Amino acid sequence: MSNRLNMRAALIGLLMFFAIWQTLAWLIHQPIMPSPFQVLPIFAGSLFGELGVHFLASAGRVLAAIALAVVTAVPIGLGLGQIPRANRIFAPLIAIVYPIPKIVFLPVIYVLMGITDISKIFLIALIIFFQILVVVRDEAANLHPELILSVRSLGAGRRALFRYVYFPASLPAVLTALRVSVGTAIAVLFIAEQSLTTYGLGYYIVIETYQVLRYPQMYAGILAMSLLGLALYFVIYNLELKVNRYRAEEQN
Amino acid sequence: MIIIKDLTFAYSGQPPIFQGYRLEIGRGEALSIIGPSGCGKTTLLYLLAGLRRPQSGSIIVDQKPVSRPRPRSGLVLQDHGLLPWQTVRENARLGLTIWGFYGSDGRHAPVDEKISFHEADQRVDAWLAKLGIESLRDQYPLQLSRGQRQRTAIARTLAMQPDLLLMDEPFSALDAPTREELQKFIIDLHDSSDLTYVIVTHDIEVAVVMGKKILVLEKGCHQKARMIDNACAGFAAGRRQNEFQKTCEDVRQLLGSLT
Repeated sequence: MSNRLNMRAALIGLLMFFAIWQTLAWLIHQPIMPSPFQVLPIFAGSLFGELGVHFLASAGRVLAAIALAVVTAVPIGLGLGQIPRANRIFAPLIAIVYPIPKIVFLPVIYVLMGITDISKIFLIALIIFFQILVVVRDEAANLHPELILSVRSLGAGRRALFRYVYFPASLPAVLTALRVSVGTAIAVLFIAEQSLTTYGLGYYIVIETYQVLRYPQMYAGILAMSLLGLALYFVIYNLELKVNRYRAEEQN
Repeated sequence: MIIIKDLTFAYSGQPPIFQGYRLEIGRGEALSIIGPSGCGKTTLLYLLAGLRRPQSGSIIVDQKPVSRPRPRSGLVLQDHGLLPWQTVRENARLGLTIWGFYGSDGRHAPVDEKISFHEADQRVDAWLAKLGIESLRDQYPLQLSRGQRQRTAIARTLAMQPDLLLMDEPFSALDAPTREELQKFIIDLHDSSDLTYVIVTHDIEVAVVMGKKILVLEKGCHQKARMIDNACAGFAAGRRQNEFQKTCEDVRQLLGSLT
């Protein structure tokens, strides 16, 4: 966590990214590879218009899914981590379901939950849910029993233990799991948004632009989706740095 | 202060460690519990702390049966008692923070004491100063030595103004000067208040220094309390060295004869 990305590095990265893009545009020289100079004005112009609406729709779905996954996976993970008997019963099931690419359940979820936003949010939440469940369970199980006992001796019941011990103890792991799974979540969102909705970046990129050959606009959509992933990644990354401060200080 | 009546306790699937056990500890007592590892001395301490429940019989502290940790009993363990993500000050304040979390409900926090946020801070800082770690208050436990961590744990417990202090091997991992200093600190505190304390140790000298009474536990099932009166507890100036050595030898022999 020490190699914190600074502004200068971010700028250099961006410049390299656009330089390679421009080079490819010259080399390929086809409508499918427009130059950034063509795309960026469209991106800037439509971000506060049509594109922005799609961006907000996608961002809303991801954030709702993250919230849903966190509020369900954290308590269940803590429960499993604290109660070894329950964990022994459910561990094999979790081990089997965990690696299944959840997107294969897309049709099932559509049929069972309807074609509303809820089914899309549920699908993404499902992916994040298992990532968080597993790390929270392991963190809770690895806490020293002496720590729990000594905090209980201070008068802490279940609620205070959750608030002052289990939750802060698992928070760094929750954030790491989120940061790692947010990429997959957005990839799945992209696929889920290609049907049964008229809002979202997946819809915008495939239906509104790609299928009608509006390539520069399509790239504006791609940029917006990249921005969504990047923003989420860095927000989570900075939260991680914050909650891991006590570890960083130890090294100084 | 403490009355143990017909205590029976066993871990599930194992033979009982205590059966029909009786023990009384008076107010203001200083008691050491000594015995080989696995003899049940920590279990007894956890029972007193309300962290374990007896299968039958009862444990009465300050006239009330103990069924859960009581707000006025403090517990200090050998290690692992501090939250690594909180500073020394936050850790030392944790007990009072938890009281504030529940309010004065009588179950988790005492009914008779309401303490404001500001008072809590002041009280914690005062204990940090008495234990000589006020300058470390913004550091995290990982940055501290074992002795400094143990001072933090002691400050955390004392900030709750306990009338009963329960300690499980609190000085075992410390170097000799720190051990002696903290022993003195607890003994002075005991002598200047009506604090009752119980200390669990496997170290004979610690048991003799700290305990005006010494409870000796052997391996196996305990049915009858074996208590030694100890006249040479503490660090009183001009301590009769021979008498101290003799008491240690007595305890050693008793332990030897039991195993």
